[in-house]
Formats: sequence, structure tokens, C-alpha cells
Amino acid sequence: MAEPMILAEGLRKSFGNVHALDGVDLDVQPSTVLGLLGPNGAGKTTVVRILTTLLHPDAGHATVAGHDVVRHAEELRHVIGLAGQYAAIDENLTGLENLEMVGRLYHLTRAEARRRGAEVLERFELAHAADRTAKTYSGGMRRRLDLGASLVGRPKVLFLDEPTTGLDPRSRLELWDVIRELVRDGTTLLLTTQYLEEADRLADDIAVIDGGRVIARGTADELKARVGGEVLALRVSDRSRVPAAAGAVLGLGPGGGKVDNNTGELTIPVGTDGPRVLTEAIRRLDAEGIELADISLRRPTLDDVFLSLTGHAAEEVSAGDGEGDGDRGRRSRRRRKEGAA
Amino acid sequence: MSVTTTERASAPGAGRLSAALSDGWVLTKRNLLTYIRKPDLLVFSTIQPVMFVLLFVYVFGGAVKGALPATIPYVDFLMPGIFVQTAIFSALQTGVGLAEDLQKGLIDRFKSLPMARSAVLAGRTAADTVAILFQVLLMLAVAWLVGFRFHEGVMEALLAFAGAMSVGYAFTWVAAFTGLSLKSVEAVQAASFTIVFPFVFASSAFVPAETFPSWLQTWANINPVTIWVDTFRVLTLGELYTESSFFPDVPGLGTLLWQSIAWFLGILAVAVPLSIRVYRRT
Repeated sequence: MAEPMILAEGLRKSFGNVHALDGVDLDVQPSTVLGLLGPNGAGKTTVVRILTTLLHPDAGHATVAGHDVVRHAEELRHVIGLAGQYAAIDENLTGLENLEMVGRLYHLTRAEARRRGAEVLERFELAHAADRTAKTYSGGMRRRLDLGASLVGRPKVLFLDEPTTGLDPRSRLELWDVIRELVRDGTTLLLTTQYLEEADRLADDIAVIDGGRVIARGTADELKARVGGEVLALRVSDRSRVPAAAGAVLGLGPGGGKVDNNTGELTIPVGTDGPRVLTEAIRRLDAEGIELADISLRRPTLDDVFLSLTGHAAEEVSAGDGEGDGDRGRRSRRRRKEGAA
Repeated sequence: MSVTTTERASAPGAGRLSAALSDGWVLTKRNLLTYIRKPDLLVFSTIQPVMFVLLFVYVFGGAVKGALPATIPYVDFLMPGIFVQTAIFSALQTGVGLAEDLQKGLIDRFKSLPMARSAVLAGRTAADTVAILFQVLLMLAVAWLVGFRFHEGVMEALLAFAGAMSVGYAFTWVAAFTGLSLKSVEAVQAASFTIVFPFVFASSAFVPAETFPSWLQTWANINPVTIWVDTFRVLTLGELYTESSFFPDVPGLGTLLWQSIAWFLGILAVAVPLSIRVYRRT
């Protein structure tokens, strides 16, 4: 196996009493995409900030393209690109001026900065808006410009921190296409996301992070396999009958299941025993007189994986912004966990 | 990726300083473009000092006249104070601008680039100083309209304005520290006004400090704003100011100049390292 393009060992970082990172290990092979998947407050942004030299770790060490994040920070910055959670562009500059500025700060000549700026605008379908100030751009265009800015230096390693958060579904799909194309060129990419679908679509490898630790690692398929075969999902029409339904069917699978009291949904990993469990579940619920709004047998999604790994759903955590609220995120998660128990 | 060598304008090592200057210039240009694209920012921050001039000259002017020698028109006494006040207040914009850049994630982007670490602060304070110059010149035009005149030579007048500009520059660094420490635009706006208020208003900027209660006079006499404004006055009023029995406490020009420079350097010596430290940590 080649030398990893990103290597992190035992990264720890605390902010006051909050342990944002509690020993994170990562390795990313050249020209692959690692999806760092976790809820708000899990520590994703802290990992990115350490790997891009914005923060020093309290303990542990990390290298990107062979450069140590603390000792060789300056060399490291020459080979990375970063697009953070917010579109970090200057609204009062035009699209082209934004990219030229970034190019000049990579110490490109004026002509080269301009040429690359134009090239990036072309590639991200922003050429028509090159000379308009960025404040006239839509949300999706801003994100594309922001992503473009991270590519002006032709980085070997690209860091995208929640690149599609806050985008409408159409812009999200467009941005996914752009990202997929980047990766075809051989850029190594570390992508953080709280959307399981996004990690599934874009990443070769997924690291699930929760409470400042990597709790699982593998391809999307490997992670899904950990849930074990298929999943039986059913929704009870009358919420008050959820406990009765749970009592009737949870024991049917090999490993229990999950109950969501809010939606009336029960999910039960069933291994390869799907059809039998499905028939048995319907028979029992019918005998109890419990009506169903929906029942299906499906392949597990990353949602199921996340649920089985952490005991809480990924996107259930407050959709507030930012990892700065690590403390709040964690606390609210704990509360929900207790509520579900 | 096939491209591994980035084409650089300057070889590393050979031009660390020239790279830093180039980065500083790139960001100065960016900040100046912002002023040009958002002229309302400058226009509205100029309206306030104009209102101050009108307020002082026409509302308080009559009452203050009694505390001044008959040879000094109030507007000639007042405007040096207004120029220094304008420089200080418009320097506060630095803090707001940096807090905005922080909030938008621009500072994170800059820090992830292989650029000089000094460039963000150097470029911001330089561009804001140009904006201060613009505002001070605009105030000079207004001052002329309400009757302000120089009583000394052109060189003295130029030196007086150079002084006001250096005060503004020093305060861009104070504002940079406030902006980076407080991080939110609203907090920065509220806090920086509160910080400069006792300096600007408890000074001889608008009325002779001789009219203050004695405890306040003690403060006013050591207040750097009083020293800067007095220096400006000596340079524009000359003997009318220094020789008047109304102002027994005004030191000579030499003393005022070295005190002014000492305060300027002293503020920079504290605010620059503090700003850089908090920039590195944010």
C-alpha cells in the first residue's frame, strides 16, 4: 500500500472542558475519498481544522502529503485546498477577482492567477457571472465559487467541510457532480458530512465519528454489512400502539431493533431471514389488532448503520450550525438517548 | 494529479519579505475595492462627523466662545479636535471588517493558504488608513465651508494632518485587536465606541479642558487625544494658541511633538503584538 496522503494518529483537542477530539486515527490513501461522517458536535470540523493547520492538536500528530501539520505547516499549505462550512468568499469582489486574489496568495504570477481563475470559473459553470460581484450569486453559485477557490492552487489534497450544508436539493446534486469530477482527476479528498447519502455517493471509504472518536471505518457496503443483511421497517398507524407493536415484533430478529416513538417507526435487522420475519410480524400484529401504515423489507441504509453504531440517528441531532457548539450538540444527544431508552 | 509544481512569482527563501509585501498588497487592494464597491459605508460614516461639526459650531459654539480668547474663532479651535476624532472613529471600521471576515470564514481560508501570516492584518490596517485619509480630507472640505482657516504655514498644516493620520493608523490596530477578540460584528461596534469614548470626549478636543472640574482636567491633560489635538492646534494656530493666557497648560511644540510620537509608538507597541497574537489563535 502506498504512503497515506493523510495520516492522523491519536489526535486530541479540548476546548475548555469539552473534549472535541478524544484520540482520532485516520489514514487516507492517495487519490481516494474519505467521508468523515458524524452529527454536529462529533468533532469533524476540529479534525479538518487540525489537518489544514488552523488549529494545533493538544496531543497526537498528523501529516498531509508527508508534511507535519505543526512542524511543516507552511509547506503543507502549498499542497492543500480548503472549503469550509461557509462560503468563504468576498461578496464585494467579482467571481474572477475572488479567484485571482486566492491565486495571488498562492504566489502565482498575476497572469497565471487570472488564467487559472478563468479556468475554474469555466469548469464550475460560472463563466457567465465572472464579472459580477459575488453578492449577486445564488447560494449554489457561492458554494461553487468557494469550492473553485480551494482549487486555484491545484492542491494534492482537498478538504471539504460539509460542502452541501444549507443547499437546496438541486444545488446539492450539482455540487456532487462537480466533486465527483474532481476526484476523477486524482485529487485526494477528505469530506465531512452529516448526510449519510452524501457519504454513500461520494466516498470510497467512510469513517464514522461520534463524540470525538472514530467509531467505525469501512466502505459503505462494509458498514451496511455490519448491520447484517436486510432490515424490516414498519410504521404503526396509531402511535399509542407503538409499545404493543414493539413488544410483539422486536424479538423476531437476531439482534433486537429500534423504536422511534415520534414517527411510530420500528426497524429490525433481520439478517437473511427477511421473508419469514416479515410474515411472522404481520401475523402477530394482526393478532394484536395493530394497524400498519407501512411495512417493507429493505437493504440497510447508512442511517441504519449509524443507528446501530451509536444508538442514535445521525440527522436527528439538532440541525444547528457548527461544531463550535460541540458541547451543546453532545448534551442534546445524550438527552435524546435517555428519552429513547 | 499531474501538476505538482506550482508556478510561483517569487522563489521561496529568496523573497520572504517581497512575498510578505506582495501578500499585504493583494489584501490591501481587496479591502480598498470593498470601499469602492460599498461607498455607502464611507458616506454614512462621514455624515456623523459632519453632524458633529454642525452641532458644535452652531449649537454649542456661542456658549463656548466665552471660554476662548477673542483672537481664536471657535471653528479654528474645534476642527483639530474633529480631525483627530474622525481619524479615531473611522479607524474602528478595522475591527468590524475583521469580525466580518472571521464570521464569513474568510480568515480561515487565508490561514489555510501559503501566504504571509502578517498580510491579513497589514492589508486591513493599510486599506483602512487610506479610508481614514479620504474621510479626513472630506472633513477638511466641510471645515472650510464653515469657516475653518490655517493660521500657520503649509508645512505645519501637512505635519498636522500627518499626525492625525498616524493617530488613525495606531487606532486601526487597537480596533483590530478588539475585532479579533470579540469576533461578532455587533459586539465590536458597541465595544469599540465605549473604549474610545473617554479618550475622545474627556479631552480638549471640543472645548477647552480649563473649563473641566479639576479631577477631569487631570485626566484630560494626560489623555493622548488632548496631546494630539493640542499638537494639531499649535501647528495650525501657532502663537494664538501657545501664547494665550486662556491656555496656561499648553506645552511648547517640541514637547507636544515628542509626546505625540511617544503615544503613537506606545499604542502600536502594545496593540500590534496583541493583535498578531489573537490572530494566530483564532
